[in-house]
Amino acid sequence: MVDLGNKEIDMHISAAQARSDAASQEAEVVFELKDLSVFYGRFRAVRDINLRIREREITALIGPSGCGKTTVLRCLNRMNDLVESARIEGQILYHGVDLYDARVDPVEVRRRVGMVFQKPNPFPKSIYDNISFGPKIAGLDGDMDEIVERSLTKAALWDEVKDRLKEPALALSGGQQQRLCIARCIAVQPDVILMDEPASALDPISTGRIEDLMNEIKTDYTIIIVTHNMQQAARVSDKTAFFTVEVQEEQDRRTGILVEYDSTETIFTTPADERTEQYVTGRFG
Amino acid sequence: MTSVDAVLHGLQGAKKDTKGKVLEFALLGALMVILATLFALLFDVMRLGVGVLVDRPGAFFTGKLSTFSAQTAGISQGIKGSMLLMIFVVIVAFPLGIASAVYLEEYASDTRLNRFISVNIRNLAGVPAIVYGLLGLTIFVQFFGGLTGGTSLIAGGLTLAVLVLPIVIITSSEALRAVPDSIREAGYGVGATRWQVIRSHVLPSAAPGILTGTVLSISRAVGETAPLLVVGAITGFLSNGGQNFVEQLRGKYTSMPTIIYRWATLPNQDFRALTSAAIIVLLAVTLLANGVAIFLRNRYERKW
Repeated sequence: MVDLGNKEIDMHISAAQARSDAASQEAEVVFELKDLSVFYGRFRAVRDINLRIREREITALIGPSGCGKTTVLRCLNRMNDLVESARIEGQILYHGVDLYDARVDPVEVRRRVGMVFQKPNPFPKSIYDNISFGPKIAGLDGDMDEIVERSLTKAALWDEVKDRLKEPALALSGGQQQRLCIARCIAVQPDVILMDEPASALDPISTGRIEDLMNEIKTDYTIIIVTHNMQQAARVSDKTAFFTVEVQEEQDRRTGILVEYDSTETIFTTPADERTEQYVTGRFG
Repeated sequence: MTSVDAVLHGLQGAKKDTKGKVLEFALLGALMVILATLFALLFDVMRLGVGVLVDRPGAFFTGKLSTFSAQTAGISQGIKGSMLLMIFVVIVAFPLGIASAVYLEEYASDTRLNRFISVNIRNLAGVPAIVYGLLGLTIFVQFFGGLTGGTSLIAGGLTLAVLVLPIVIITSSEALRAVPDSIREAGYGVGATRWQVIRSHVLPSAAPGILTGTVLSISRAVGETAPLLVVGAITGFLSNGGQNFVEQLRGKYTSMPTIIYRWATLPNQDFRALTSAAIIVLLAVTLLANGVAIFLRNRYERKW
């Protein structure tokens, strides 16, 4: 190894600083969707989505039923691979890497891009085992008890369950189950957390706790949330993407399209597109 | 008429549902006919057979086969034969059947070919047992005769295993299908591979259902007679215990239903009581197996 002169080292450092300065102004792009279309068999569920999702932001995907927001979400960790007829056109770049490249292992993708589902779906096992499963299969180092405690604490559930970690997770209330699912997701230390209407099956108080939780963990994670609840999108998200359905009458086909993507404030106060305005003001959808 | 009376009048209903009543009695009648037949059968068997079990319980269970002396004949060889046959079912049919079900439900893609295979496995479960007997005769007795020893216990056990295989596959498939996809998604969502999801979550959740199905398939196999008659279960000369275990497996054997069949066809009236006693034992075993299956299902059944 050649000994670098001081001057050269300084140059490297300043270049790194320049990069990090740029990053602080505009956070790194985690996902970049380029002309994304998703098909189920011959049916095109969404078309031509272009979207950039940045690090440590909460992005909300909103829109009427059937607009393909969940479809898009499930492509981001290749959960749609489980649907046999599903395929995509266009590109999804994850930190610049094509997520659907043949060399990419969907299992590794899901380890980095976790998911919380619409209906709380804890494993029918103990609370402890629910959390420890992910780290165990990922081969994470460290004390498992500590990982479980840390994850549950982050998900604001530790105090409620610390004395009954061996009890079945299904004995918890719906809201607790969903926080457990978030803890389970956090336990594998993902980069991104996808949430598919995480509070739609919960009462308002549980919903509030989930939203608080999202705000707390967003310092560590990039969060993308699909929601039907516009107040929720307005409350928790930094950016909002509004989708709608495009109906082709003659073929009786419905395809989801992205109408507008901007800061949440803009979307809810001064949207550029008329359809967005109609939707957020409750005039359709 | 006050308004309350008017509402009451409206709620009372004008006419009686005569047709409904007639139908109800007809349905009840159908059930009664079946129950009566069943009880007549049970009563007849009990009447004839209980005496034997009460008079010489020990000798009946430990005694050896005889077609001459009803006083000394017993079912020990039948019990041993049936138990060994069931062991074959357990070690051959269960792993193969459960593995096939896991493949069909968790791995196979939803193509026309795979749907065709699934449908035909269902059809196989309905194929008469005697057909499996002929299959066993061709394959296990004749083709693989060198390995199985011809009309041997191995051939009989393998035939029964093949016979219950469709049942094991179907019940296991249903148990696997009953596991909600949300559990699989939860597993995939934290970065598990397909096998990790199946091993850690799908199979444990489906285990009670799979277990119930396998126990039921055992009770089906233990009562089968026809295929064993075809592949050579006999009631004549049997192992005298002098052979080693492998030789016994490759040798002649009998089973509970075979004994019942043999005794029932004897002209000697004394054997009628023995036949009934053996039927009681077989019924008890079958009921016990079914009872265990029901218990397991209720005990571990999970509501999603």
